[in-house]
Amino acid sequence: MSLLKVSPSPHAHGEMTVKQIMYSVIFALLPALAVSIFFFGFDALRVSILAVGFCLAIEWAIQKFLLKGDVCITDGSAIITGLLLAFNVPSNLPWWIIMIGCIVSIGIAKMSFGGLGKNPFNPALIGRVFLLVSFPADMTTWPLNRFEQLAHPDAVTGATSLGILKEGLKKGESLSAIFQHIPSNIQLFLGNHGGSLGEISALAIIIGGLFLLLRKVITWHIPFTYLATVFTFTGILFLINPERFASPIFHLVSGGLMLGAFFMATDMVTTPMSAKGMIIFGLGCGVITTIIRVWGAYPEGVSFAILIMNAATPLINLGFKPKKFGEVRNG
Amino acid sequence: MLKTFPKGGVHLTDNKITAGKPIDNLPVPPTVTIPVSQHAGAPAEVLVQVGDKVKVGQLLAQSAGFISGNIHSSVSGTVKKIEPATDSSGFKKPAIIIDVEGDEWLETIDRSETLITEIKASPEEIIQKIKAAGLVGLGGAAFPAHVKLSIPEGKKAECLVINGVECEPYLTCDHRLMLEKSEEILVGIALLMEALNVDKTFIGIEKNKPDAIEKLSVLAKDYPGVSVVPLKEKYPQGSEKQLLRATLGREVPAGALPIDLGAVVFNVGSIFAVYEAVQKNKPLIERVVTVTGKTLSNPSNFKVRIGTPVINLLEAAGGVTEEAGKILSGGPMMGRALTNTNVPIVKGSSGILVLPDTESKRRPVESCIRCGKCVSICCMGLEPFLLMALTERNLTERLEKEKVTNCIECGSCSYTCPSSRPLLDYIRQGKSTVNNIIRARKK
Repeated sequence: MSLLKVSPSPHAHGEMTVKQIMYSVIFALLPALAVSIFFFGFDALRVSILAVGFCLAIEWAIQKFLLKGDVCITDGSAIITGLLLAFNVPSNLPWWIIMIGCIVSIGIAKMSFGGLGKNPFNPALIGRVFLLVSFPADMTTWPLNRFEQLAHPDAVTGATSLGILKEGLKKGESLSAIFQHIPSNIQLFLGNHGGSLGEISALAIIIGGLFLLLRKVITWHIPFTYLATVFTFTGILFLINPERFASPIFHLVSGGLMLGAFFMATDMVTTPMSAKGMIIFGLGCGVITTIIRVWGAYPEGVSFAILIMNAATPLINLGFKPKKFGEVRNG
Repeated sequence: MLKTFPKGGVHLTDNKITAGKPIDNLPVPPTVTIPVSQHAGAPAEVLVQVGDKVKVGQLLAQSAGFISGNIHSSVSGTVKKIEPATDSSGFKKPAIIIDVEGDEWLETIDRSETLITEIKASPEEIIQKIKAAGLVGLGGAAFPAHVKLSIPEGKKAECLVINGVECEPYLTCDHRLMLEKSEEILVGIALLMEALNVDKTFIGIEKNKPDAIEKLSVLAKDYPGVSVVPLKEKYPQGSEKQLLRATLGREVPAGALPIDLGAVVFNVGSIFAVYEAVQKNKPLIERVVTVTGKTLSNPSNFKVRIGTPVINLLEAAGGVTEEAGKILSGGPMMGRALTNTNVPIVKGSSGILVLPDTESKRRPVESCIRCGKCVSICCMGLEPFLLMALTERNLTERLEKEKVTNCIECGSCSYTCPSSRPLLDYIRQGKSTVNNIIRARKK
């Protein structure tokens, strides 16, 4: 010791770092990835690796050549964006579409705002929605998983449960007829159905989500309110007319709801800061998701719901502040 | 369910390595440096001159105003110099420097260890004696004790709350006092209850001190109206507002004082000093200081004369080694980093903590990822990330509206931030700017 170090308090620091948070999220996504590889085989791995690789490369290139600043791709955030984008697309997507998605996600939705922490919208979802409106055909033809292929050797692709539901209702078919083409809720829960590669297994996503809750990376507020709102809203509709509206359980286990609720609506950067704000956010996501699923043109509304609520986040932050200590007399 | 404050707070590793070390008397140093401003408020007026002979307990400087405090000599000897000397804040402040000769005490001070439980003094006399003894809050803020005991007109004291929380990691001086001077502390409480004319006292102690909870609970049975409130461990529970919320379940309104809830808060160290001042006629000339740190070979709790240089304490605790990087006055959360080791121990010094070099550096600052952890841990319900951003942009009106002045500077936000952002540094700056504006507006 030559000289004493001097700084203002506090002189201690907690354990948690940004890297830890990011790699915890990546770790929590692994069960869903494993299930995806199990059902879709090598293709799922191919899409994930491509997406992560493109995201890292694009972020590196932008930081190095455009911003000419520090390169910090190892913080893990680009890996998450890549994984989430991969999880939101069909496993047979061509490599160049994946690349376009990554350019939009990282280049437009993240880096153009200033990089990590400054983007108003969830980068992976911006990429996903961009691809959905630009390549609607490629983005909505899902390959059959290995069990479906055994059952239907002549078919190559299929629709998602929500897609089948929307199509059927458009044609005026009854719910009971439509549901003959849809796997049972338990199969949906486990992941044995068509869909984007990371969203199929509610179970795997819940396992990852619980891990994040236990590690205190996320709090219960958004996932719980989001899921509870969808459940309640669709539940009320189901009670009003079970012949016209699908059951709330089906809504919980189908589509990208679980993935959205645990991994995308909980993105720290683009969601409210206070507990109250998070509950409003979850509520809004739930309502918009249900409205789009039940009355909208698209079969699935999770991406749009989260993006719309991302846009509302600054307002929510202004309107729903934590209660300040001592502001209500003897409260 | 143990009580605690509900909003925010963090759980810290308590590192109370000196919890089992009995209070040891530190030898009187050859010279002491006694600053005349060891309390919140106006510096005391010096009464002695260079060359004067003084005794232990003799008044050196007199309280100069309502919010001020008397300063007494902690040693016997000759006044060598009266000049500015560096204190723990790093600034030079007027101080009386005394060369020690022998250890001759004023005869009025009762130096025996006999416990005196009988209360002879009237409420006015108790407060007078506390004032004369130069008693200030020993928890850290060093607020003059007699001011807290002078209840403003229109307010009424209903209960006394004793702060035995000691939520800062490492510090154990209050813990040791509660164990070793339990009876004296209870007599001190009885004295204050008499002075304030209240019939209820709550002693808040965190559950990481089960022996203190046990001992005081048993002894408190003989003192009607006194009860121990075991509290869940949570930082910053030792903060006055959080302690009142935890023990009484009520919030001190923003801008108000504990007395607005009818409560008067004293730290256990101060209570012991009340006992000594009233029952033993002893002014505040020494205090218990925890000297600790993982690199010290003999971390201890010392009873130290006010004015003793920090280096003497460090040497008694085994000396500072090469591994040391930072020396703090106080705990790791709210303590002050010392610029040199010759600064004196003052009335508000609760501990000296040596941090190893590896724990002395801050981590590199990263971008805010808006995780909201600072919002969820802020015990005052503020939004630290926002206050920092507003300070950076110098938006003082917004800062005032966002109640930056409510911040108690506990440091939980900077502690928690995964991006290691210097939240509290900025908030302090913003708070001080806003306070200056408010002060200027009032003129």
